[in-house]
Amino acid sequence: MKRLSDERAKILFEHLSKYIGTNVKHLIDRPDGTYCFREHKDRVYYVSERILKLSECFGYKQLVCVGTCFGKFSKTNKLKFHITALYYLAPYAQYKVWVKPSFEQQFLYGNHIPKTGLGRITENAGQYQGVVVYSMNDLPLGFGVLARSTTDCKTADPMTTVCFHQSDIGEYIRAEDTLF
Amino acid sequence: MGRKAEYSEKPKKGPGRKARKQGPPVFRKQSFAPMEEEDKKLSHRQKQRFVKREQKKVVQKAKLQEKRAKGKLPQPAKRKTAYNSDSDPEDNEEEPQVASSDEEVPQLVPAPKGQKATAPKGFTDDNDAWLKPKKQQKQPETESEEEEEEDEESEEDSEDELGEECEEEEEGDDEEGLESDDDTAQVGKLADLSDDDDANSDDDFDISGEEDGAQADSDEEEDEDDDDDDDDDDDDKLPIERANKKLKKREAEEAQLADDEMLETVDKQDVFQLPVEGEETEKDLTLQEVQQRIKDVSLVLSDFKRYRQADRSRGEYIDLLRRDLCLYYSYNEFLMEKLMDMLPLTELMEYLEASEIARPLTIRTNTLKTRRRDLAGALINRGVNLDPLGKWTKVGLVVFNSQVPLGATPEYLAGHYMIQGASSLLPVMALAPQENERILDMCSAPGGKGSHIASIMKNTGVLFANDSNRDRIKAIVANFHRLGIVNAVVSCEDGTKFRNIMTGFDRVLLDAPCTGTGVVSKDPSVKTTKSEVDVQRCYNLQRKLLLTAIDCTDAKSSTGGYIVYSTCSVLPEENEWVIDYALKKRNVKLVPTGLDFGVEGFTKFRQHRFHPSLNLTKRYYPHTHNMDGFYVAKLKKFSNTIPITKEQQEEDEKQLDEAIEADATTEAAAESEEVEEEVASKEKGPRKLLGKRAGKPSFTEIEQELKKKKREESKTKYVAKVFEQPVKKPKPEKPAEKKNEKSQAPDKQTNSSESPSKSAPKQKQTNGKTTVSNSDAKSFNKKNKGSQPKENGAGSPAKPDDNKPTTNGTNSPSKSAIKETKTKPQPKGKQSPKGNAKLAKAPRVDIDDVPILEGKPIKKQNKLKQKSKQIGQLKKSTAGANAGKKQKFKK
Repeated sequence: MKRLSDERAKILFEHLSKYIGTNVKHLIDRPDGTYCFREHKDRVYYVSERILKLSECFGYKQLVCVGTCFGKFSKTNKLKFHITALYYLAPYAQYKVWVKPSFEQQFLYGNHIPKTGLGRITENAGQYQGVVVYSMNDLPLGFGVLARSTTDCKTADPMTTVCFHQSDIGEYIRAEDTLF
Repeated sequence: MGRKAEYSEKPKKGPGRKARKQGPPVFRKQSFAPMEEEDKKLSHRQKQRFVKREQKKVVQKAKLQEKRAKGKLPQPAKRKTAYNSDSDPEDNEEEPQVASSDEEVPQLVPAPKGQKATAPKGFTDDNDAWLKPKKQQKQPETESEEEEEEDEESEEDSEDELGEECEEEEEGDDEEGLESDDDTAQVGKLADLSDDDDANSDDDFDISGEEDGAQADSDEEEDEDDDDDDDDDDDDKLPIERANKKLKKREAEEAQLADDEMLETVDKQDVFQLPVEGEETEKDLTLQEVQQRIKDVSLVLSDFKRYRQADRSRGEYIDLLRRDLCLYYSYNEFLMEKLMDMLPLTELMEYLEASEIARPLTIRTNTLKTRRRDLAGALINRGVNLDPLGKWTKVGLVVFNSQVPLGATPEYLAGHYMIQGASSLLPVMALAPQENERILDMCSAPGGKGSHIASIMKNTGVLFANDSNRDRIKAIVANFHRLGIVNAVVSCEDGTKFRNIMTGFDRVLLDAPCTGTGVVSKDPSVKTTKSEVDVQRCYNLQRKLLLTAIDCTDAKSSTGGYIVYSTCSVLPEENEWVIDYALKKRNVKLVPTGLDFGVEGFTKFRQHRFHPSLNLTKRYYPHTHNMDGFYVAKLKKFSNTIPITKEQQEEDEKQLDEAIEADATTEAAAESEEVEEEVASKEKGPRKLLGKRAGKPSFTEIEQELKKKKREESKTKYVAKVFEQPVKKPKPEKPAEKKNEKSQAPDKQTNSSESPSKSAPKQKQTNGKTTVSNSDAKSFNKKNKGSQPKENGAGSPAKPDDNKPTTNGTNSPSKSAIKETKTKPQPKGKQSPKGNAKLAKAPRVDIDDVPILEGKPIKKQNKLKQKSKQIGQLKKSTAGANAGKKQKFKK
C-alpha cells in the first residue's frame, strides 16, 4: 500500500466527479472515521485508515486486497473503474438510467442500452455524462456513459444507443480472472 | 282290405263338401291354429304315442286281471260305459247315421271325421297344458343344478303312476250307472255297434286320460315348483357356506405355502456359504449378485451366532463384505475399512447410499443488502421454488427446483445471496462473531464463510481473510466485492506462518483442508484416490494450522478468545485426534458450540482415548442431517502462555545449576587475580595491541553482513566484554571465557522456553538468538587471530615497550586529553583510546603508590558486578558497560 501521487490523485478525482459530481467530498469526509485512497499494484483501494494500519503487517507479495478496489491505472496513467466501485458510486450517483426488464439481461451481458430498452432517465443529463444503470426495481446493475442527452433521447430512433456500457455486475462472473 | 279302400275314398268327398257348406272363414281360422299346433304336435304326438303304449299295456293287464277274477260279466259293463260316455258325440253323429243307415259304407265315414274333429280340439287343450309345463321345466333346469334335475325326474315318474290310478277309479263309477239305465234299449244293436264302440271307447279313454294327466301334471308341476323352490333355498345356502369354507381352506393353504416359502428362504439364507475361491467368482458376478450378497452377509453379521457357518470366523465375513462394498460402491480398501471401523453396519449402508446422491441446493441471504423474506419473494417471482432452510438459521434458503440458473440472476450478481452449503453455515454460527471485533479466517477460499462473518459483523471491525492458494484468492476478492464487504483484508500466506505476521485476534475460524470424505457426493474421486498417506499429510497440516490459530488468538480479549475448528471430513484422525492434540499442546479448553442439532464427537474410538470434553464437539452426517459431512469444534483460550512439560522443567533446573557454578568460578578467578598483579602489568602491553588487531576484522565483518542497527549495538556490547577479560590476566581469563560460555547457554535455553509463549516476542527473541550466536562466532574468530599475533608480538614487545614509555612520559598530559575527546564521537575510536589510556595509566602507577590502594575497591566492585550478572541479560550488559567506564575513570 502506497500513497497516490499527485498526478494520479487528480485523475482519480476527475473520474469520480464524472459519476458522483460534488459528492466526492462525502467519500473523504465521513462521520465514521477517516478514509483514504491507496495504491497497490496499480489498483486504487478505498479503505478506512484503521484497517489500513493493520494491513501494514503484510508484505508486498502477501497482501492482495484491502477494503474496496475502485479501479486500475494503465501504463499511460489512465484510470478505468471496475464494477467493484459500484458499491460506492450507486448511493452517491447524481444521474441515473433505468433499464426495462426485457433489456436487463442484455445489459448484464455487456451490451449497450438502446432507446427501446430505456425505461427512465434523469432529467437534464448531458451527453457523455457518467450514469449509474438501475433495473426497474431499483437494483444497481452497473454504470455507463450517456450517448445522447436527455432531450435528444426523447426524439431519437428506437434502435439508437442512448447509453454506452462501461461496466456491469455480470463481470463478477465473466471477468473474475482479470478483474483482480 | 276293405278298411284301406274306405280310408282312401273318405278324405276325397268329406272335407270338400262340408267346408263349402258351413263357412270358410271359421275353418280357415281353425286351420291356422292347428297348423302351428301341428308343428309343436309332432313332438307331442311322439309323447302321446309313448303315453298310449303305456296306457294300453296297463289296460291289458287290468283286463287280464278282471277276466280271471269276474269272467264274462265285467266285459259287457265296460262296453256299456263306453256308450254312455259317447252320448253327446253320438247325438251329433245320429243325423249322419240316420241318413246313412240305408248304406253300410256311409256309416263308417263319420267315425273317422268325429275322431279328427275331436282330436284337434283336445290337442289344443293338451298343447296349452303341455306348453306351460315345458316352459316351467325349462326354467328350473337353467336355475337348478344336476342334482335338482335328477330329483325332478324321479318325481315325474311317481306323478304318472298316480294319474293312472285315478283314471281306473273313474271308469268303475261310470260302468255301474250306465248298466242300470240303458240295458233294454240297446240289446238289439249290440252286434252292429260293438266295433264302433270299441274304437270310440279307446279314443275317449285316450283323450280323457291325456286331459286328466295334463291337469295332474300341472298340479304336480306346481308341487314340483314348490319342492324345487324349497330345494333351491336349501341348496342356495349350502353353496355359499361351501364356497366360504373352500375360500377359507384355500387361504389357509396359501398361508401355509407362504410360510413354507418363508422357511425355504430362511433356509436358503442359512445355507448361504462363503465362496471358497472369491477371486474367480467375483469376475463372473454381476452388480445385482454383489448387492444380494451384501444383504446376505449383513444379515449373517446382524445375528452372527444364529446364521454363522460353523467353520468360518466373523473376520472372514467382514472381509467379504468389505470387498463387495468396495466393488459395488467403487471405494478403495483403505477408505472402506475406515468407514466400517467408524460406523455400524446399518448406518454404514445409509451413509454409502446418501453419499451417492447430491445434497439439496442451499443459498445464504446476504443480510448486508437484503432480508431473507424479500429475497425469497424476488426469487419466487423469477420462478424459483424454495423454502426456509430450518429454524436453526435465519439466513438459509433451500432450493427445490429453479427455472433460471441461480448463479446468474440479477439478485445474485448484485450480491443479495451466496450459493453455499448448509453445513458451511454451522462453523460461523458456532464462532458467533460480534461487531467491532478482529477476526481471522485462516483458510478462507472461496470466501463463503468469510462473507458470512462480515455480514454478521455488519462491516464493522476488521476481517482478515487468508489463504495459501493464490489462484483461489481471486474468488475471495470477487465474492467480497460482490457482497459488499468493505472491512476485509485479503492476504495470501501459508497459514502455518501466520503467527509471525500478526497476532491478537479476538476470534479465529479455521476451516482446515481435509480429505473431503464428508463431501463424496461432490467429488466422487475421493472414493478411489485417498490413502493412508493422504490422511497423514492432512492431519499433520491440520495440527500445525490449529496450533498457529491458537497462537494468533488473544486470551485476554474482552469479547473473544475463541477458535472454531471445522473440516468437511468424517474421519476421526482429522477431527477428534487433532483437537485432542491441541488440548495437550496449548492452554485451551473445549466449549459448547451453541448448535442445537448434530451428533456428539467421539470420546473413544477403537484404541484412542480422547479428552472427555470432546463430546461438546458436533458431527454431521449426510444420511442423518441431509447436508455435507462436517465436523465443528469450538475452543476457548484461557492463557497466553504455553504449557511446559516435566521434561522442560528439569532442563530449566539444570540450566540454573550451571549458572550458579559459573558464578562460583568467577569468584575464584577474582581471588587469583590479586596474586598475579605483576605478571598482568607486564603482559598488558602486547595484549592491548592484539586487541586492536582483533577488533578491526570484526568491524569489517559487520559491514559486510549489513545487519540492522540493533544487532550492531548488541554486537559492540559483546565485543567490549571480550576486550575486558583478556586484559586482566591470561591464565584466569581462559576459565572466565568458559564460564561466560556456560552462562550464555542457560540464556539460550531460557529464550527457547519463553519463545513459544507469544509469537511477537518470539520474533524479537529469535533476533536475539541470532545475534548471540553471531557474537560467539566472532569471539572465537578473535581468539584464534589473537593467538597468532601473540607469538609474533612476543619477539618484539620489549623494544616498543621501552620506546613507548619514554615518549608517553614526555607527552602524557596532551595525549590523555586528546584520547578523552576522541572516545565520545566515534565507535572505532573507542577501542584505540582505551588502549592508549591504559598505557598512559601504567607509568602513573610506577610513580605514585596511591593507585595500589584504589585497586582493591576496583576488584570488590568487579565481584559485585559479576554477581549482578546472574539476574538477567539486560543487567549483565549494563553492568559490562558500567564496568568499562569505571575502569577507565579510575585508571
